[in-house]
Amino acid sequence: MNRFSYVRPDAVAAAVRERASDPGARFIAGGTNLLDLMKYDVEAPSRLIDITRLPLRDIQELDGGLRIGALVPNSDLAYDRRIEERYPLLASAILAGASPQLRNMATTGGNLLQRTRCVYFYDTATPCNKRTPGSGCSAIGGINRQHAILGASEHCIATNPSDMGVALAALRASVRVAGPDGERTIPFSEFHRLPGDEPQRDNNLAADELILSVDLPAEHFAINYTYLKLRERLSYAFALVSVAAALRLEDGKIAEARLALGGVAHKPWRDEAAEELLRGQPAERASFEQAAGQILSGARGFGENDFKIELARRAVVRALEQAAAGTPQSQSDKRVQ
Amino acid sequence: MVQTSTAPLPSRAYVGTGQRRIDGVSKVTGQARYAAEFPADGLLYGHVVSGGALANGMIERIDASAAEAAEGVVRVYTHENRPRQPWFDSTYQDQVAPPGIPFRPLKDAKIVYSGQPVALVVARSLEVAAYAASLIEITYREEPFRTDLAAEQSNAYVPPEKRAGIEPPPPDRGDVDRALAEAPVKVEASYFVAAEHHNPMETHASTVVWNDGKLTVYDKIQGVVASKEYLTEVFGLIADDVQVISPFVGGAFGVGLRPQYQLFLATMAALDLQRSVRVTLTRDQMFTLTYRPHTIQHLALGADRDGRLTAIRHEAVAATSTFEDYQEVVVNWSGLGYRCPNVAFDYKLAKLHTYTPSDMRAPGAATGVYGLECAMDELAHAAGIDPLELRLKNYAEEDANTGNPFTSKQLRECYRQGAERFGWSRRSAAPRSMREGRELIGWGMATGFWEASMQQTSARAILSADGRLEVATATADIGTGTYTILAQIAADAMGVPIEQVDVKIGDSSLPASPLEGGSWTAASAGSAVEKACFGLREQLFHHARAMEGSPLANEVLERITFAGGRMAVANDPSRSVVVADVMAALGLEKLAAEETAKPDQDAQENYSAYTHAAIFAEVRVDEELNVVRVTRIVNAVAAGRILNLKTARSQILGGVVFGIGMALEEQSELDHRFGRFMNHNIAEYHIPVNADVRDIDVIFVEEHDDKVSPIGVKGLGEIGIVGTAAAIANAIFHATGKRVRDLPITPDKLLRDGDDGVSSGMARAG
Ligand SMILES: Cc1cc2nc3c(=O)[nH]c(=O)nc-3n(C[C@H](O)[C@H](O)[C@H](O)COP(=O)(O)OP(=O)(O)OC[C@H]3O[C@@H](n4cnc5c(N)ncnc54)[C@H](O)[C@@H]3O)c2cc1C
Ligand code: SF4
Repeated sequence: MNRFSYVRPDAVAAAVRERASDPGARFIAGGTNLLDLMKYDVEAPSRLIDITRLPLRDIQELDGGLRIGALVPNSDLAYDRRIEERYPLLASAILAGASPQLRNMATTGGNLLQRTRCVYFYDTATPCNKRTPGSGCSAIGGINRQHAILGASEHCIATNPSDMGVALAALRASVRVAGPDGERTIPFSEFHRLPGDEPQRDNNLAADELILSVDLPAEHFAINYTYLKLRERLSYAFALVSVAAALRLEDGKIAEARLALGGVAHKPWRDEAAEELLRGQPAERASFEQAAGQILSGARGFGENDFKIELARRAVVRALEQAAAGTPQSQSDKRVQ
Repeated sequence: MVQTSTAPLPSRAYVGTGQRRIDGVSKVTGQARYAAEFPADGLLYGHVVSGGALANGMIERIDASAAEAAEGVVRVYTHENRPRQPWFDSTYQDQVAPPGIPFRPLKDAKIVYSGQPVALVVARSLEVAAYAASLIEITYREEPFRTDLAAEQSNAYVPPEKRAGIEPPPPDRGDVDRALAEAPVKVEASYFVAAEHHNPMETHASTVVWNDGKLTVYDKIQGVVASKEYLTEVFGLIADDVQVISPFVGGAFGVGLRPQYQLFLATMAALDLQRSVRVTLTRDQMFTLTYRPHTIQHLALGADRDGRLTAIRHEAVAATSTFEDYQEVVVNWSGLGYRCPNVAFDYKLAKLHTYTPSDMRAPGAATGVYGLECAMDELAHAAGIDPLELRLKNYAEEDANTGNPFTSKQLRECYRQGAERFGWSRRSAAPRSMREGRELIGWGMATGFWEASMQQTSARAILSADGRLEVATATADIGTGTYTILAQIAADAMGVPIEQVDVKIGDSSLPASPLEGGSWTAASAGSAVEKACFGLREQLFHHARAMEGSPLANEVLERITFAGGRMAVANDPSRSVVVADVMAALGLEKLAAEETAKPDQDAQENYSAYTHAAIFAEVRVDEELNVVRVTRIVNAVAAGRILNLKTARSQILGGVVFGIGMALEEQSELDHRFGRFMNHNIAEYHIPVNADVRDIDVIFVEEHDDKVSPIGVKGLGEIGIVGTAAAIANAIFHATGKRVRDLPITPDKLLRDGDDGVSSGMARAG
C-alpha cells in the first residue's frame, strides 16, 4: 500500500476543488472497493478525499420520482420504505449483492464506480489493459468464466459487477454530478462505457467530477418486476448473469417493458430494441423468447464463458415470466421462482 | 435447522455428553491469542514479497534500494544478501515432508513456482513493510513451465520413493482384465477433482521473540514439536534455546502440518537482526502455500447381473511439484471398500511447476472415495439396482487389501439408520422422476471411509493441594475441541468437576505429542491424558493405603473408584478417603504423573481400523437454470466412542460443509500461461456461505471398539467430508439425468453437458 495524505472536506465545492488540484487524489466513500484496490497496489492514490461528511445522505422526493444522495448506504436504500414500495426492483437488486456488512458500508455513488472483479485486474503480476494500458488482456485466452459476452473489445472483456446498476439501468435513472464548472446530469445508459480501446476508463465521469445523486424517474414498476441473479454459490458471489425486468401490463398485453442484464458486459446492458419488441405483445413465453433472442443477438463467448449466452437467454425468459406473473425473485429464499 | 441424534453411550459424568468448549469464552471475548497477536518489545514487522507470474526461471535482477531507503525499513532480505543457510537440503525436511528436496526460501535466484517468496522486508511497522515491498523491482528470466495436469498425464510416474506413513497401493488381485471383459454389467468413467486451497480463517503467521539468543516462537502450526525440530535443524539452534508456543490455531485443515515459509523468514530475520520479528501472510499469499492436488481418476467397475462386484480398476494421476513427491492414499479405498475378487490399482504423480501439494482434510480419501462412490452410483444405475442395495450386496466384512478383520465396523448400521432418517425407501429410482414445480429433486448417497489411528503421545497430570487438576501435552487444538475433550477425560478419570481442570497444550516444553492430523488427536492425546491421570490415581492410592488406619488398607487399585474428590472402595462407599486429606497429610503441594500412551502393537499388525459413514443428500435443481441447492444431508457416522456430542457434531457439520464446497464451489484456478493460481482471494475462491447450507442431520451410530485406541476413540475430524461430494454429485444425476464428473459442479458444466443426459463422453455404461 502506498503512502497518502487524507482530507475530509465538509462541502461539495471543497471536495471538487481538492480533487481538481491533485490528479493523484481519489474520493473515498465506504471504502469497500477502493481500500482493497490500494492493498493490492492496483490503486495508489497520493491523497484520499473522504467525502463521508458531505451532505449527500438524503433520499428526497423529485417530481414524482426520488433523488438518492450519493452517500446513502446500500442497506439504508434497500430498506427505505419509499424504495420498497415504489421501486422494489432497486431494493431487490441491492439485496442480491455483496453481504449485509458490505452493504452497510457501501454507498450509492461508490457502488456505481466499483471496478471489475476480473482476477487479472487485481493481480499486478499479470498483464491487464485496464490496470496498465497497453500491457495486454490476460482474460482473453485465460480464466474468463465471469467475463463479458456483449460489447467486449479485443482490449478488454471485463464486466461491470454492480447489481444495483442493473436495476438503475432498467429504471432509466440518471446520475447528477458536480465538477469545477458546475453540475450536469448524465442519463444512466451513458454513464458507464464499453471498453473499446480505452478499457482503463469505466465510465464517462470526468476525473474531477463528484457524484451528487442518483435520480429516479416517476415510473416505478412496483407490481410486475423481478431481479434474478445467477451465480456460483447461492449468496455472496458476483453475478454470472443477472436480469432486471419490469413490465407494465394492460389487459394481458405488455404496455411498457424494461430489461437490463448484469454480469455480461462492461456496463449494465440494456437494449431498447428488445424492450420495443415486447411492447404491445401478449405477456407470454413466446414474446419473452423473442426479447431474449434480441438482447443477446450480438453475444459472443471467449471460451470459458461461452455458456453464459445460453444461460442469459434462459434467465431473461424466466425473469420476464416472474415479472409478468407478479412473483418477483425472493432474495432470501434461494429457490428460483 | 440442524439436528443431531446419538445412540446411548457408557455412562460417565462428562465423556459421551455434549459439553461446551472450555476455551469458548476466551475465544469469543478475544482473550485467546493467536500467533500474530503476541506482543514483544521492539517488535519488527516483516512483509513477504511474492514472486511474479512465472513458474520456472531465474531472478535476473532484484533492486531493493528504494525499499531499503524508505523511512522505517530496517532490512530487506533477498537471495543475494540473506544470512548463510545450511548446505544440505535434508536439513530442511520437516516431520511430514514427502520424498524430495524441500523448498528453501531465498535459497538462490531460482524460481520454482509462481508466487514463491523472493524477498522479506523488515520494518518498524507492517504498513511501512508493505509499502516498501511495492518499491522492489525485479526482473525475471522465464524458462518453460508446465502446470496443466491433463497435458502432463502422459509423463506421470509411480513415485520411486514412498512417503512415510502413506500406504502405496496394495498388489493387484485376481484378473481384472478378464473379469471386466466377462462382466455382464460394467461402467467406466474418468473423474476430475479440482485443486483446492485450505483457506483457514487465520492466515499464517509467526512471531519470533528474540531474547539474548534464545527464541520464543509463536507459530501457526498443527504441532509445535514440528516447528521446533525444523528450527533447531535449519538454524543449528540447541533445543533449550527454542520454545515454540501455539495455544490457539484459527483453523488449518492440513496447511499447518508443515512449517511454512513465514516461520523460516521470521526466524532468519530475528537471528540476524537480534530483534523480535513477526511475519504475517496476506490472504492472497495463502494461495502460495500448499494445496489439495488436483487429480484425474479413471475407474472401471464390473458386476454380475445381481450387482455383485466382479472387477474394480482404479487409476489416478495426481499433481505434485517438481521438487517433492507428495503422496496420499487415493486408490486403495477401492480394495477395501467393497468385497471384490479382482481389483487393480494404479497411482501416479505428474510433476507440475507449482508448490508441493499437501494434506488437506481427509487427504486422498476425499478424492479417491469420491471417484469410487460415483462409479458405484453409475454401476447401480447401469444394473438397475438401488444404490444403497448395491452397497449392501457388496459389503466388505474384512479388509481385503490386507486380509485383516476390522477392529470394528458398524457401517451396516450407518446405512440403516441414515436411510431411515432420510426416508431413502421413498426414492423413485429413475432420474428426473421427482420434482416440485420447476425444480427437479434428486436423492443420492455414498459411503465414507477414513482411517482410524493413534500415535504415540505423552501427557502429564498434576494435582494441586487446592484440588485443581492440570493436564498437559504438546498437541494442538486447531478448533476441533481438543481442550474440551481432554478436560472431560481428565475430569472423569479423577472424579472431579470439569471446572477444576486446566488444560495446557500447544507448547513445545510440554510432554511430546505428534502433529495434530489424521484425525488421531482425540484418540492419542486423549489416551495419554487418561493414562497420566491413572498414574496419579495409582500414586494417590498407594499414599492413601499407606496412611495409618487407612480405610483402604489391604485394598487393590482395581477396586477403587474416584468420584466427588474421594477415593472409595467399589461396592463399599463407606470405606473412603478424601483426596485432599491425603495430600494434606503427606504435606504434598502437588502430585505429578507423566505417561506415554502407545498404540497396541498386536491390534496394529493384525487388524484394520477405519471410521465409516453413510451420507444421503437431497438436491433441488432448477430445470432450466441449473441452480443447484443442497437442501438436506443426513450423515450417519460410526467412529467408536464419541467423547463430546457437541464438538463431535460440529466436526461432522464442518466436514459436510467442506464436502458441499468440494462438490459445487471450490477450485483453485491455474492459468497455465503464468503457472499461477489466479483466484487467490476468498471473494473469487468460493467456499460455502450460510445460504448454501441447509439441513444437516448427524447421527452417531453406536460402536464399541476395544482395539483401535485405549479409550475406544476413532476420531472425527475428517470423515465428514469423505463421500459427501459423491453423494451430492449422485443426487444431481438423479435429479437431472446428467453426470458431471468434473468437480466442482458449477452452473457452466451442467449447462455445457447439454440436456440429453450424455456427459463429456468419457463414460461408457455397458
Ligand atoms: C467481497 C465482496 C463482495 C461483493 N459482492 C458484490 C455483489 O455481489 N454485487 C455488487 O453489486 N457489489 C458487490 N460488492 C461491491 C460493493 O457493492 C462495492 O464495493 C461498493 O458498492 C462500493 O461502494 P463504496 O462506497 O464502499 O465505494 P468506495 O470503495 O469508497 O469507492 C469506490 C470508487 O468510487 C469512487 N467514489 C465513491 N463515491 C464517489 C462519489 N460520490 N463521486 C465520485 N466518486 C466516488 C471512489 O473514488 C472509488 O474509486 C462486493 C464487494 C466485496 C468486497
Ligand atoms: S478483461 Fe479487462 S480487466 Fe480483465 S485482464 Fe483483460 S483488460 Fe484487464
